Amino acid sequence: MKNISKPFYALGLLALLASCQTVKGYQKKYLNDAEMELSAKKIEKFESNFQSYREGAAGANGGKSGGGCGCN
Amino acid sequence: MAVKAAAAAAVTNPFSLKPSMKKITLGLLALYLNILAVQAQKPADTVRYQKKKLTLSEVNLVSGYYTQDGDHSAVTGGIGTEKLTDWSNTIEIKLVKEGRGNKEHNLNLQLGIDHYTSASSDNIDPATITSASYADTRIYPSVAYSVNDKKRGTTYGVSGYYSTESDYKSWGAGLTFAQTSRDKNRELSLKLQSFFDQSLIFRPIELLPFYNDNGTYKPRQSHSAALTLAQVVNKRLQVALLAEVVHQSGFLSTPFHRVFFTNHYVATEKAPDQRFKWPVAIRASYFAGNRLVIRPYYRYYRDNWGVKAHTVNLELSYKMGPHLSLSPFYRYYVQTAARHFAPYGMHTPGENYFTSDYDLSKFSSHYGGAGLRLVPPQGVLGLKGWPALELRYGRYHRSNGLQSHMVTVLTTFK
Repeated sequence: MKNISKPFYALGLLALLASCQTVKGYQKKYLNDAEMELSAKKIEKFESNFQSYREGAAGANGGKSGGGCGCN
Repeated sequence: MAVKAAAAAAVTNPFSLKPSMKKITLGLLALYLNILAVQAQKPADTVRYQKKKLTLSEVNLVSGYYTQDGDHSAVTGGIGTEKLTDWSNTIEIKLVKEGRGNKEHNLNLQLGIDHYTSASSDNIDPATITSASYADTRIYPSVAYSVNDKKRGTTYGVSGYYSTESDYKSWGAGLTFAQTSRDKNRELSLKLQSFFDQSLIFRPIELLPFYNDNGTYKPRQSHSAALTLAQVVNKRLQVALLAEVVHQSGFLSTPFHRVFFTNHYVATEKAPDQRFKWPVAIRASYFAGNRLVIRPYYRYYRDNWGVKAHTVNLELSYKMGPHLSLSPFYRYYVQTAARHFAPYGMHTPGENYFTSDYDLSKFSSHYGGAGLRLVPPQGVLGLKGWPALELRYGRYHRSNGLQSHMVTVLTTFK
């Protein structure tokens, strides 16, 4: 099942990227909304910190990937 | 014939014009020369680039209060209280300058201060009730500078980080590069970061005679490269693909974490001195209708310690009015255990690496809560310089019993 799902996801991603439209600046009313930010919000900063300390996984969220102890 | 010759002479020879026509021609010539002279005499500043200063763009204050409790403290070998509170504050000052050649210069200054109390740290020396390790303060300033060339769509940036607490110091540096497509619908960015940490080695008090910690440990180093591709799909949907590689080396163990073995032998945690992490993620934001923003996020993570993890996050931002939005969110996380993890008293003698830190155990977690964002047109409390206020609360529950709560407030000033 795993071997089948990987190409399926890759194809889905390719289809998504292939369906991209050219959006002009004046058509970006929704895309420019503050809630549409394509990164972790500023207010999530401390949450990301404690999650990276309390969990084994970290990274790929635009934040720091090292530095500091976090050993408590 | 004579008339035609005179007319031809009048066109080819201006000096053959009538006196009144000569005056007009000379007048126009004088006016043209005068305009040229005025242009040439204009002060240089009005034609050339005007030097501008950095101006304050935004100030953000983020304050957070975090509290947790559980029953698997790594300091006491995987049993005992994990009670911890942390009070975090950061101030971020953003300065901006319009520079030569349509370039925007950004300077970002940050200062963070965390103060925590930790019951488990207090058990490094159980004989004391409130030892120095019971509470600590971390101070972490950082600076980032970037130049955005609007004409070429490129951004270059450098950054520096520092962090200090009583037993731990960290220095860091970063480089960023981003390229935006001509139609501004795609951006590819690369972020490189390095951190160099130094720590004092604290051992549990009763184990001190068994260790010789005289400078034999290599400091911890972390290097990472993160690649992000952000793409506009249509007028309402945009996605970002994120991939990162992290390499850590040096002393990666926490020296005051106890480990109990099956034969009742006690030691402190020993982790491999290399760690490679490979997280990849996809994030999207979709504007549905006129009031709802849907923000899903998925991350797959694996490392060479044996931890594999999936993270799914969904946030819905509902605009209750033009100036107020409510954002409930839910996050699910699941991970496998690191190969060198075993619970209290389960490690067998002869193992090369060992830990009873439940942050590296097999578990799943749920994190849910809500955020509120207020952007009144007259400013918060009628103050124009205070345009936005955000509040956020979340409750975290881990399948091995750890629970935590977090409240965060973000205030933006302009």
